[in-house]
Amino acid sequence: MGSGKLELKNLYDDFRDPATIKALSRLIHAEAAKLNREIRIMEVCGGHTHTIMKYGLKQLMPANICFIHGPGCPVCIMPKERIDHAYILAMQEDVILVTLGDMIKVPGSKGSLQDARSRGADVRFVYSPLDTIKIAQDNPDKRVIFFAIGFETTTPMTAAMIARAEKLGLDNLLVHVNHVTVPEVMRELIDSRDEHIDSYNNRIDAFIGPSHVSVIAGAKIYEEFPQKYGRPVVVSGFEPVDVMEGVLMLVRQFVQDRCELEIQYRRSVTMEGNLAAQKQIEHYFEKRPLFKWRGLGNIPNSALKLREEYAHIDAEVIYRDILPIEEIEDHKLCICGDILRGMAEPTECQVFGTACTPQKPLGSCMVSSEGACAAYYKYGDLLK
Amino acid sequence: MTKTITLSHGNGGAENQALIHDIFWKHLGNEILDRGEDAALLPTLKNPAMTTDSFTVSPLFFPGGDIGKLSICGTCNDLAMIGAAPKYLTLSVIIEEGFEARKLERIVRSMKKELATNDALVVSGDTKVVPKGTVDGLFINTTGIGEVQAPGIGVRSIQEGDAIIVSRDIGRHGATIFVSREGLEMESALQSDCASLWPQVASLLDAGVRPHALRDATRGGLAAVLNEWAAANELCIEIEEGAIPVSEEVRGICEMLGFEPTALANEGTFVMALDPAEVPLALEILEAFPGCESAALIGTVTTSHPGRVVLESAWGTRRFLELPTGELLPRIC
Repeated sequence: MGSGKLELKNLYDDFRDPATIKALSRLIHAEAAKLNREIRIMEVCGGHTHTIMKYGLKQLMPANICFIHGPGCPVCIMPKERIDHAYILAMQEDVILVTLGDMIKVPGSKGSLQDARSRGADVRFVYSPLDTIKIAQDNPDKRVIFFAIGFETTTPMTAAMIARAEKLGLDNLLVHVNHVTVPEVMRELIDSRDEHIDSYNNRIDAFIGPSHVSVIAGAKIYEEFPQKYGRPVVVSGFEPVDVMEGVLMLVRQFVQDRCELEIQYRRSVTMEGNLAAQKQIEHYFEKRPLFKWRGLGNIPNSALKLREEYAHIDAEVIYRDILPIEEIEDHKLCICGDILRGMAEPTECQVFGTACTPQKPLGSCMVSSEGACAAYYKYGDLLK
Repeated sequence: MTKTITLSHGNGGAENQALIHDIFWKHLGNEILDRGEDAALLPTLKNPAMTTDSFTVSPLFFPGGDIGKLSICGTCNDLAMIGAAPKYLTLSVIIEEGFEARKLERIVRSMKKELATNDALVVSGDTKVVPKGTVDGLFINTTGIGEVQAPGIGVRSIQEGDAIIVSRDIGRHGATIFVSREGLEMESALQSDCASLWPQVASLLDAGVRPHALRDATRGGLAAVLNEWAAANELCIEIEEGAIPVSEEVRGICEMLGFEPTALANEGTFVMALDPAEVPLALEILEAFPGCESAALIGTVTTSHPGRVVLESAWGTRRFLELPTGELLPRIC
């Protein structure tokens, strides 16, 4: 005792404490009882969806508090067009395609990277983009292409990898950039219009903002939502206690008739974020005018691409002659778009759990364990 | 013996003889094997049981064991899990050209040690040497015959009301192999649980415990065993999540890499379904074995969600525990 030694378990034990979780549940019930309406909270990030389903937090909510599962899973939102790019690049002679493990089984129109590997492609999965440096050093006669995915959270790691490769003078490391950004898609979800009945009919009352994104980008990126759109935001951590506390803070805003941006995850999130990381991102990347999100369609300025000065390491530029640009339609029966807008529950989809399963996903939400459908499929949704 | 194994060691001639004598017979020799016949002559066994398994683990040596220990434990444990005392094993080894003789001997020595733990003998064997690059170091197959000591142990004997016990903390083997794989630079004191289970099963049977079913939670981990049991009997297994023993090291690795301890492989951990009245005695016996101090009652067999496994959290929420899917880690055993 008293040695002050920090152990790994210190990082999560308290945030999964049963007594704290139960106490927060009681507080949410008490506060929510003061409201005579339903509050629909969108957790933007797939990590939150995973926590909510894995720890059964839905079961701890009063009837008038519900979750809408957002689009914040970088694997789920990756359109088939981009996965086809990865597949085509991987199948090139003398190419080693490197990406994060989550991408392995995501199907494009030609198959997944797992399929590419079984057909002879050299596909490698890393835990950190920086591991790609070593692969490039060990294989000087190959072109190593890093297929970069992720939100604001992972973008700095890709930037750091490029910086490191530059410093080492590595000339066989290319990047295919698929980094996306959170605020644009949140805006799109609020503004989205149902073509059939020609009305704005999203059902999102408030947001739980992903804390890891804000560790980098700062909480400031969410300021517009309370101010311009009348949607309160609480930036929360990913442990069950964090999510419960985030929900309580949101419910209290409604009870007290406030509409603000608040930070639950004070242990790492500031208003400004990590300015050094933001600067490095700015150095290598710029906004992409249009990026297609699987299930949601084209969203302006919602993704990043390499700046023109870095065209010499941009796999999209170098391989432009063989990478298709035609759009591929999402599966007709899939209702992922509606699920992401909070207009349907995964279980309302007619192919959920039948034609569409985590082993053979048709739609975006079933693809990664952070997708809403996959989380429902995996953890079920038992009653209290 | 030469320092490395060459293709000539698999030629059936003098070098082949030397390999067999200097390494395999030297350590594994016994009355039946020493006869050197094409097939082993075995004494008559009452209620014989038979099983086979192949071993391809990478790396060959890992904290807490090696492929030799694993190849004996794996097959003997499969026998132990139907209540059979392991008796006789065959041993087939496919060796990559250029494999170090010293390493091979180290592997055979750990086989010897593990055979003694099980009171079992290798009675027949085969070695092949294949050109470099056609296997990764060494692949082993063992087939085992045992004698059933307590009839009726099996998946079909699980009943509503049964208690579910796990023999120790879970996930060590899978986590250890993951950490020791190249490319993952991580410091850890973690060791595989790789161990023979017959001594524990024998003690349980000797004390009069009559398990309804036993299963070592190898590939697919605890989640796979529970789901297979629930599906086979159209019964529900309800598990208290907080009661599942998981070491701090395994929990930490799972946190970092995003795994579930319940999906990680074990090589010396078993699950048992039994009459709840026998639980205190069974736990007392298990806890006396080194490593099994954390043996625990984790759940009950019910009829609430037939064919499914339900996990209950410490704060009262419930969810299904699914079969692990996808490519977690190849060549772990």
